[in-house]
Amino acid sequence: MDILVILIPASLFLGAVGLLAFFWAVRSKQFDDPEGDRHRILSSDWDDEPRP
Amino acid sequence: MTAAMRPATSACPACSAAPSAEALARMNEPVKPARIMLSLPTAHCAACISAVERRLLQYPGVSEARVNLSLKRVSIEAIPEITAEDMIRELDAIGYEAHELDAGILAATATDKRGRDLLMRLAVAGFSLMNVMLLSVAIWAGAADATRDLFHWISALIALPTIVFSAQPFFKNAWSALSVRHLNMDVPISLAIILAAGLSLFETIQGGEAAYFDAALSLTFFLLAGRYLDHRTRAVARSAAEELSALEVPRAIKIVDGKQQTVPIGEVCVGDLVLVKPGARMPVDGVVSEGQSEIDRSLLTGETLPVFAGPGTEVSAGEVNLTGPLTLRVTAAGGDSSLHRMADLVAIAESSKNRYTSLADRAAQIYAPGVHLLAFLAFGGWLMATGDFRLALNVAVAVLIITCPCALGLAVPAVTTAASGRLFKKGMLIKNATALERLAEVDSVVFDKTGTLTAGMPELSNLEAHDAETLRVAFALAEASAHPLALALASAARSAGIEPARVTELREIPGYGVRGHWQGRDVRLGRAAWLGAEAGPETATWLQIGAAPPVEFTFNDHLRDGAEEAVARLIAQGISVYLMSGDAEPAVASLASRLKIDTFQAEMLPEQKSDFVKRLSDGGVKVLMVGDGLNDTAALTAAYVSISPATALEATRVASDIVFLGSDLTPLGETLATAQKARSRIRENFGIAVLYNMIAVPIALSGFATPLAAALAMSASSITVSLNALRLR
Repeated sequence: MDILVILIPASLFLGAVGLLAFFWAVRSKQFDDPEGDRHRILSSDWDDEPRP
Repeated sequence: MTAAMRPATSACPACSAAPSAEALARMNEPVKPARIMLSLPTAHCAACISAVERRLLQYPGVSEARVNLSLKRVSIEAIPEITAEDMIRELDAIGYEAHELDAGILAATATDKRGRDLLMRLAVAGFSLMNVMLLSVAIWAGAADATRDLFHWISALIALPTIVFSAQPFFKNAWSALSVRHLNMDVPISLAIILAAGLSLFETIQGGEAAYFDAALSLTFFLLAGRYLDHRTRAVARSAAEELSALEVPRAIKIVDGKQQTVPIGEVCVGDLVLVKPGARMPVDGVVSEGQSEIDRSLLTGETLPVFAGPGTEVSAGEVNLTGPLTLRVTAAGGDSSLHRMADLVAIAESSKNRYTSLADRAAQIYAPGVHLLAFLAFGGWLMATGDFRLALNVAVAVLIITCPCALGLAVPAVTTAASGRLFKKGMLIKNATALERLAEVDSVVFDKTGTLTAGMPELSNLEAHDAETLRVAFALAEASAHPLALALASAARSAGIEPARVTELREIPGYGVRGHWQGRDVRLGRAAWLGAEAGPETATWLQIGAAPPVEFTFNDHLRDGAEEAVARLIAQGISVYLMSGDAEPAVASLASRLKIDTFQAEMLPEQKSDFVKRLSDGGVKVLMVGDGLNDTAALTAAYVSISPATALEATRVASDIVFLGSDLTPLGETLATAQKARSRIRENFGIAVLYNMIAVPIALSGFATPLAAALAMSASSITVSLNALRLR
């Protein structure tokens, strides 16, 4: 059962990383325009250079 | 001082360069970019995004353009010299229709703080729930002694901070209800969460067998999900309603020293001169000081007949100027204008919305005391029977958890979300939270005429009564004017295949009509009074050829698309339909007979309309009022539930519970059907919740409830009600 000492903190840590990633995504407004983003990912407009 | 320190000529080139660099920097200092918001109703695809953004970014001075396809808007950052009109013209050139939005009104919705806050709490609750559930599975699988205690402690470490953070909305609501000595759904929820967490902590410290951390967390999670759904539904409706208001950018053309200036309405004062162009709405109340025209009062009074306006005529905000430019001397602006006086009338009409208790609240009023009583009885009973305080407390908490209104908390939001989503697709915007429930109870509908059942567009009704010659002359004259009646006359003549006569010296006399010369005779088309004719009761324009007696062209108001179907469907559903209008008797009577409405009243004042609705309501009738005019506003408020079209003025839209966005009335019948279905789904969901309780409560009372049973019962009931709600889509 000693393995729990590693496994439980590890799983909590990974979960927390996911949670923080979600926080970041919400705060950086990535859910503001799901409809547009769905199309944007396929557009080739700024493939050669980043958007100014 | 700085001048003294800065020698005019210096040995060091950097020093002499410094001032000019400073000046340069000041010149290049970025001018604070102005933000322009446009609504793009026709944007729908990836190509639209690229086309719009590329075109706008090419425009000199535009630094940022971003399309939001979900909201169908584009936000532009540009130097202040660039106006919304430039951008609209630019988009029009590539075939996109755009309308300016008032960024000030929209700023409030841009950051939906409350929604994001709820989402964060939901995410935290979900994270903790999953981790604690994993640990709980191990315990249910038979972990014992030291391992179980360790797992309980870890669960406590995760669960307690989560509950403090995530369950705050419930605690706050419960506290505000309790502080006014009232019980709502949040009281049993908060009590169950706190007691479950507290007891579990106590058991953990004692090294006991059962801990309910997972139950406390899943309660929090499922109920937050319900709250979030509820919030989303309302946020979508609110942002669409705000977009409608933002489309009406309130501006006026003020005349200062003979020059025209476009200013926000807030800057117009009493005594100012304001120019109103033909086709524009009066921004303020005033007296005409210059110019002649006709004005359309239909939105204020419901009458379709345009009224003459010349120097000295009093006009009110909201009326439409039809033919000639008018200069107004402002008598009241902003809060004092007649628009706002109408709002006072609305405030007096007692709102039935405030008297309505939603199904969920009614359920909570029965439910909350019942649950507490049951848990207390269980505690007392077990304490007396066994004398074991800890066992009794355990049973009581199990009862509280199992009866906790998890399904109840989801039952209503899940259904209203599904139903509102469905209606939104049909163009119905549910603004009020309880509007759907109220709509389901409606048993009679009162319609306004002008602008609601009719499209507010006249249609020539006596084309056959005239000979070809008359029609040709009338057509030629009508083509010279932009007056709605002239446009209707011209389009009717065109579709009848009539060629216009050769009328020369055409001249529009604003406020009166059009005159010209035909075969050596004077010809005139216009108001009855101008031609010396006796005005009839119907909407009409008159034609005089030479000295012959004038002939009359009468007009009907064009029916709104789907009006006939909607009324027929309502009557078929057994709902009594009434028609009320501020318009003249014959027009109302002919429309009523066309739509087969038996009960109608004409020439009604705003107060009479709201009295009529009140009288019906006092007789126990649940009235749905459908209207668009300012004169309907009080009646809309007095009605049990109200609907107005998007073309109505803002004051009217605010007063109504539901706004329909399309121009078609057909979805009205379906809206009622959907509302009734939604109500029965809510009832079914309550039924399911009660059924679960009937099975689970005896088990909990008899002390057989384990944490596993509680978790299963809770999840199963929540999922069942959600699935049942989805059947509405």
